[in-house]
Amino acid sequence: MQHLRRLCAAMTRTSRGAVASPWRGTASRWASLLGGFVLTALATGGVAQAQAPRPWEMGMQPAFSPVKQRIIELHDLVLVIITLITLFVGALLVWVVVRYNAQRNPTPSRVSHNTVLEIAWTVIPVLILVIIAIPSFRLIYYQDRTPNPDMTVKVTAHQWYWEYSYPDNGNLDIESRYVHDEDLKPGQLRLLSVDNQMVVPVGKNIRILTTSTDVIHSFFIPALGVQRYAIPGRTIETWLRADKPGVYYGQCNQICGQDHSRMPIAVKAVTPQEFAAWVEQTKKSAEATPAAAPRLQTAAVEAPSKEIRE
Amino acid sequence: MSATTHDHAHDHHDHKPGFIARWLFSTNHKDIGTLYLIFAVCAGVIGGILSMIMRAQLNVPHNTIVTSGQEWNTIVTAHGLIMIFFTVMPALIGGFGNWFIPLMIGAPDMAFPRLNNISFWLLPPAFILIMTGLFLGESGSGWTLYPPLSLSQYEPGIGMDCTLFALHLAGISSLLGAMNFITTIFNMRAPGMTMHKLPLFIWAELVTAFLLLLSVPVLAGAITMLICDRNFGTAFFDPAGGGDPVLFQHLFWFFGHPEVYIMILPAFGIVSHVVSTFSRKPVFGYLGMVYAMVGIGAVGFVVWAHHMFVSGIDVDTRAYFMAATMVIAVPTGIKIFSWIATMWGGSIELKTPMLWAIGFIFVFTIGGVTGVVLSNAGIDQIVHNTYYVIAHFHYVLSLGAVFGIFCGFYYWIGKMSGHQYPEFWGKVHFWMTFAGVNLTFFPQHFLGLSGMPRRYPDYPNAFAGWNFVSSIGAYISGASVLVFLYVCYRTFTSKEHVADNYWGEGATTLEWTQTSPPAFHTYPELPLIR
Repeated sequence: MQHLRRLCAAMTRTSRGAVASPWRGTASRWASLLGGFVLTALATGGVAQAQAPRPWEMGMQPAFSPVKQRIIELHDLVLVIITLITLFVGALLVWVVVRYNAQRNPTPSRVSHNTVLEIAWTVIPVLILVIIAIPSFRLIYYQDRTPNPDMTVKVTAHQWYWEYSYPDNGNLDIESRYVHDEDLKPGQLRLLSVDNQMVVPVGKNIRILTTSTDVIHSFFIPALGVQRYAIPGRTIETWLRADKPGVYYGQCNQICGQDHSRMPIAVKAVTPQEFAAWVEQTKKSAEATPAAAPRLQTAAVEAPSKEIRE
Repeated sequence: MSATTHDHAHDHHDHKPGFIARWLFSTNHKDIGTLYLIFAVCAGVIGGILSMIMRAQLNVPHNTIVTSGQEWNTIVTAHGLIMIFFTVMPALIGGFGNWFIPLMIGAPDMAFPRLNNISFWLLPPAFILIMTGLFLGESGSGWTLYPPLSLSQYEPGIGMDCTLFALHLAGISSLLGAMNFITTIFNMRAPGMTMHKLPLFIWAELVTAFLLLLSVPVLAGAITMLICDRNFGTAFFDPAGGGDPVLFQHLFWFFGHPEVYIMILPAFGIVSHVVSTFSRKPVFGYLGMVYAMVGIGAVGFVVWAHHMFVSGIDVDTRAYFMAATMVIAVPTGIKIFSWIATMWGGSIELKTPMLWAIGFIFVFTIGGVTGVVLSNAGIDQIVHNTYYVIAHFHYVLSLGAVFGIFCGFYYWIGKMSGHQYPEFWGKVHFWMTFAGVNLTFFPQHFLGLSGMPRRYPDYPNAFAGWNFVSSIGAYISGASVLVFLYVCYRTFTSKEHVADNYWGEGATTLEWTQTSPPAFHTYPELPLIR
C-alpha cells in the first residue's frame, strides 16, 4: 500500500510538469486522480519536513529532487518488468511440475530442440533490455552533473565526520558529527541527526564536490537521489537540487572503519533568504569561537587558488 | 608408489594405501574431491556461525552482541572471504569438479595428480591465516579490501597481512586447480567424446577454470601491491605517495566480477544434469546452454566497473559498463528457459535433488532480475552499497550457488559414498532452507530501497522491522544446517547400499556406469563413446 502511494505521488508530481517524463500519458493521468488525495495529505504535513527512512518501508524514499524523481520513475518501470518476469518464470515452474509430473505424464517426450523457441527467448529479452536501456541512458547523463550550478558545496569526508565548505559564500566551513544517543533531543533521530546540518537553498542547482582526507567514504542521501564516493586524492563532482524546504537524511555508505555507521548526513534545505541569513550568522559565530579559527584559516589558504582557477 | 607395484597383478583397481598416505599424500581425484567437500562443509559451518552472529547483532537496533565497529568489520570481512574462497569454491570446483570431471569424461584420474594434492593442501593454511585475521580483529576492510582502509595507516595490525596472504594461497590453489582441470578436460576425454558431447557440468567447470586462470593473477597482482604498500613503503594505492585508490578497485573487480561467475557456473552445470535426470529427458538446447555459459564467461570479463558506478568514473564509461552488464541477462535468460523447456513434456519426479534444482531456478531468477535493476547506473546511484545489493548477491550466491551445492550433494552422495540419503529428511532440509533464506533475504530488498547501508553494526530505528524479520529467517536457515548435518549422519551410518545407477534411465552420463562408490581406480580400460 505504501509503495502504491509513493508510486502515485511520484507520478502525480510528474504530471504537474516539474520534469518531463519519457512516458507521460494515460498512466500518469489516472495516477494523478488517484494520487491527488495522497499529495494533499503530504502537503498538509507542513512546509518543512524531515525525510528519513520510515518503519516497514518497502520501496524507495519519496523524491525531493528532480534526480530522485527520475530514478523512481525508471525504477518503477523496471520493477514492473522484473516482477512480471519473475511471476512468469514462477508460473512456468509450477505448471511444468504439475502438468508433467511422473504420475500424469509417465512417458517423457524426447524433444530437445526448437529453433523458433530458442530464437524467441533470445530476442525478446534483448527487446526488453532496450526498453529499459533508453530511459536509463537518459537518466545517467541527466544525473551526472549540472551545467549551470548556482553554488558549490565541497564535501570533505573524515574518519568519522563530514565537513562542508561553501567557497561561494565566503569560504564558510562547518563540521558535522552525529548526535550521541545520550544527547538526543526529542524529535531527533538516532544515527541520523547531526550537530551541524549542511544547509542549502531550496530550488538552486548545487554543485557537490566530494573528497576525503583519509579513507574512502560515500556521500549518500536517498531522498535527494545523490551518491558519490569521497576518495582521498581526488575530487568527484555531482549535483543536487532540493525541491522543497526540509531536512533530508543520509548516511556514509562505504565501509570506512570503526564508526562507519556513525557519520550520518543531514541536508537542510531552506529558502534563499533564510540561507543568506544562515551564512551570515554562521560566519559570525565561527569568528566568535576560537576553536573554529584553524578551520577558517585553512579555508582562507584555499581561497587564492580558487581565484586563479576562475 | 614403487612399494605397491607387485600388487597390481592381482588387485589393480581397489588397492587403497594406508590412512596417512591415502589422505595426506593423496593423488586420487576422488579422495581429493572428498577432502575438498569435507573442508567446504567445515568452512561453511564457520562462515555460517559468523552469519548468525551478524544477524543476532542486527536483530534489534542498538544491540551490543558485537562490541565494536572494528570487530563488526572484521566479522563482515571474514564471512565474505570464508564463504567465497573456502566454502563455495572448494565445494563446487575442488569437490564436485575433482570427483566428477574424470568420472564423467571417462578418464582414470586428473592430468596432474600431485598438483591436485598441493592445490588442496594450500587451502587449510590459507584458512588458518583468515581465521588469524579474524581473531586478531585486524582485517576490517570488507572482503573488497579497498585501500586506503586496508593500508597500514588504518589497519596497522598483522591480521590484515594474514588475510591478504591467505588470499594469495587460496589464489595459487585455485590457479593450480584450474590448470589441472583445463589439461584434463582437453586431453583426457574418452575416445569419441568430442567437445560437443561433453556433459554440461564439464563445460561449466571448463569455463570456470578459464575464468580462474585469467582473473586470479590480476587479484594476485593487486594484493601483492597492497602488501608492498603496507610493508615495503611503496605507494601504489596511497594518494599521499601519488598512488590511486581507484586503481585498486579496477584491479579487484577485474578479478571480482568473473569470480561471481566462477561461483555460479558449476552450479549451472549440476542443475542441468539434475533437471534432465528427474525429467527423464535430454537437456533442451544443449548447444545453446554451452555457448550461453561461454558467453557469460566472456562478457563477465568486460563488465567489472559496474561495481564502481559511484567511484567517480566518467559518465560515458558508466554508459558502456551499464550496457555491457545488461547484455549478461540474455545468456542467463537462455539458461533459465532451457531448464524449463527440459522439464516441459518430461516425466518429473520431485526427489530431493530436483527440489533443490527447481528452487535454484526460482531464486536465481529473482537474483538475476534484481541484477538488471542494479545494472542501471542511474538506479544504482541510490542502491549501491545498500542492503539491496546484499539481497541481490545472496539470492544468486547464498541461495543460487549454495542450492547448487546441495543439489549436487543429494544427486551424487549415493554415488560418492555408496549410501543413499534419507529422502524425508532431505526434503525437510530443502523446505526449511528455502523458507529460511527467502525470509532472510527478501526483506533486505526493502531495507536497501529504503536506504540502509551495508556493513553497519547498528542502524536507525526505522530499519528495525525488516531487520527483525530478516534475523528470524536467518535463524531458520541456521537450524536447517543442523538438519543437513543430521542427513549426513544418517547417510554415512546407513547400512543400505545403492545400485550403480540408482536414478534410473534419466541419468545418462558416464559416472552412472561405475559402481557406487566407484572403485579406487576407475576406467582401467577407457570407455568408447559413440
